[in-house]
Amino acid sequence: MIEAVKLAITIVLLLAGSFFLIAGSLGIVRFPDTYSRMHAAGKCDTLGLSLMLAGFVIYQGLDLVSIKLILIILFVFFTGPVAVNAIIRAAINSGHKMWTVEGWKEWKKETVKKR
Amino acid sequence: MSIFEIFLYILLATTLIVLYRVIKGPSVFDRIVGINAIGTKTILMIVVISYVFERPSFLDIALLYAILNFIGSIVISIYVERGGVTE
Repeated sequence: MIEAVKLAITIVLLLAGSFFLIAGSLGIVRFPDTYSRMHAAGKCDTLGLSLMLAGFVIYQGLDLVSIKLILIILFVFFTGPVAVNAIIRAAINSGHKMWTVEGWKEWKKETVKKR
Repeated sequence: MSIFEIFLYILLATTLIVLYRVIKGPSVFDRIVGINAIGTKTILMIVVISYVFERPSFLDIALLYAILNFIGSIVISIYVERGGVTE
């Protein structure tokens, strides 16, 4: 009985994590600007990985293997947003243009010219 | 066939979706963001593989890959920003 409940909670957490990962991937492909793509990549990936690994922790129980999984969750929880923040700082310092609602025609002209 | 094998295919599909942005991306920063996202999905794929094949020692490789993914993103962004790592 308890095994079945554990497996059900694990499957629900894994499905929730896969939903966030798919949403983040579609955001990376579909958003118009570099900064909005980073907005999609920074949060959805961290939350999806945390949810899927929490599902594996519940499936495993508490022993040495689940402590390793919790270490991976903590490390990615602290370092994933920091890495995306460093990439955003590099993009701002090298003068990358932002997409705005008013000036998107000029933005598109410059970006297409740069390609 | 384990039940976790389905999630392996889901992760492979999301990796292929992000790979479009890495190949097509207009600027360098789009490619860096795509590579960072692919690294995060690779950590998850290693963990799922360790449960499909029932080998818990693969989790050490996943932890190592998390550390390498972070250091790689930081170093590549510093390199693109300043034009060199040592200064």
